[in-house]
Amino acid sequence: MSHWIKRVYLFYLDGFKSMTVGKTLWVIIIAKLVVMFLILKIFFFKDALADYKSPADKSRHVIEQLTQ
Amino acid sequence: MNTLLTALVDWSRLQFALTAMFHWCFVPLTLGLGILVAIMETIYVRTGNEFWKRTVKFWMKLFGINFAIGVATGLILEFEFGTNWSNYSWFVGDIFGAPLAIEGIFAFFLETTFLAVMFFGWNKVGKGFHLLSTWLVAIGTNLSALWILIANSWMQYPAGMYFNPETARNEMVDIWAVVFSPVAMNKFTHTVFSGFTLAAVFMIGVSAWYLIKKRDQEFAIRSTKLAALFGLVSALLLVYTGDGSAVQVAQKQPMKLAAMEGLYRGGNGVAITGIGVLKCDKKPMDGKDPMWFNLSVPKGLSWLATGNINGYVAGIEDIIEGNFQYVDRNGQQRQGLPMKERMTRGKLAIAALGDYQQAKKQSDTEAMLEAKTVLEENFDHFGYGYLNKPEEAVPHIGLTFYTFHLMVLLGGFIILVLIGSLWWSYRGRLEKQRWFLYVSMWSILLVYIASQAGWIVAEVGRQPWTIQDLLPASAAVSGVSAGTVQTTFFIFLTLIGTLLIAEISIMIKQINKGPEKS
Repeated sequence: MSHWIKRVYLFYLDGFKSMTVGKTLWVIIIAKLVVMFLILKIFFFKDALADYKSPADKSRHVIEQLTQ
Repeated sequence: MNTLLTALVDWSRLQFALTAMFHWCFVPLTLGLGILVAIMETIYVRTGNEFWKRTVKFWMKLFGINFAIGVATGLILEFEFGTNWSNYSWFVGDIFGAPLAIEGIFAFFLETTFLAVMFFGWNKVGKGFHLLSTWLVAIGTNLSALWILIANSWMQYPAGMYFNPETARNEMVDIWAVVFSPVAMNKFTHTVFSGFTLAAVFMIGVSAWYLIKKRDQEFAIRSTKLAALFGLVSALLLVYTGDGSAVQVAQKQPMKLAAMEGLYRGGNGVAITGIGVLKCDKKPMDGKDPMWFNLSVPKGLSWLATGNINGYVAGIEDIIEGNFQYVDRNGQQRQGLPMKERMTRGKLAIAALGDYQQAKKQSDTEAMLEAKTVLEENFDHFGYGYLNKPEEAVPHIGLTFYTFHLMVLLGGFIILVLIGSLWWSYRGRLEKQRWFLYVSMWSILLVYIASQAGWIVAEVGRQPWTIQDLLPASAAVSGVSAGTVQTTFFIFLTLIGTLLIAEISIMIKQINKGPEKS
């Protein structure tokens, strides 16, 4: 089992080490995910129903919105 | 709608459109290039010819760049659902979430396993296993798209659900009706073939650049031959599924079809517009001619929509008056109602939802049952209750009409490019047709425009609905301020611009390098 895990680990390690353009792409992917999840999601894309704790509160709020 | 709400709805729509269109810059190439790469690798494994291995590696690199830059851009859409469209997100219940969750799981497993084998596995795993991984990535990305398109199709044709007045959520009662909805099946095949066609044109266009530069010519010609054949078959299937989509739209979203054609007054044996110019000041029911100029095919629209050259096709005004038939969300053929009656019934349904909640507070079971009955009887018209006048149920005619015709015209042009590529590449004369090589290269831009236009038709044409007939955009938005949406719009625009510049510059750099030399 550990032998198998080691082979998979080395497979990925060698793959990452031998990347050329892939390194640039990984930098872009990580930067993009950081912007998306640590900036956009936290500061700008808050869940509008997050203030309503229970599903019943959420449904009450939406029903109010839909029927007002 | 008041001015503040209009601004909020418009900015929320614009932001969603921008995000979706940006996401769609990457998806179609991934769908098609994956299959093309898998076909090339199959040729390599069968022939053992190292030329094909180098060819596969080159196109796989471009696939990887596109995949890496595009990956996770769709997640922004999910953020927007929660922030800008919270009423919608709640109202759709688990119906929208389930396909997206399946898609997420699919994508996760593909990206962490077979994609790694595809890129890192050369010389480390057997040829057969590597080929299998490439095919699994190619098929998996397309299946991944299936679930997204099922979710989108449900918004166009909300089948297989029950609206629960306790929670104001739609609950899935028949997963197969959602998954195998005719709209979903048609949308999936049409979208996937559009991706295949786009990728083929991309491959032909890039190959044309090598031929113009007189370098890597064997690689370019062989790539063109394969892409042209694959692209032409895909484009013909795209036309076939496009015809199927038109039939579905005619049955389930007749207003969208009328908008696509700028058809205000329908009838039997209706012509289809090839090229036309709309009058900007035309309004429904004003009695004016809608077109400045129109080249049309007699009876074409009736044939396209009904399969009968004398079939009845309703125009915008016919739909407003209720002179049309449609297929409801249970698959039953129905006689349409005048828009004003639908609005009245919609208001009844909305009031019944409120009455139900009121009766529940008072534990009045009889009143609850009564309200539930009224709600169920009128639920198919629920969304119309939010409209103030019938014209609000009409999408933007100009945008729908022009993007539809642009898509069709560019689609026809692309088929000619594919035929030309096939003809000259198999006759061994492609590199001598320099004008055609330039046309092929610029066709990359045109095929992207056609692909985006197709989505604009699909999404603008169904306005004002976020869920067809049940929830208009004005009722689906959250109670956030338009200013907040504007801020995130511009932040996202900056992010998009940066990513697009990164993709194009990395792609150009790699294309400039070319395939590995033998």
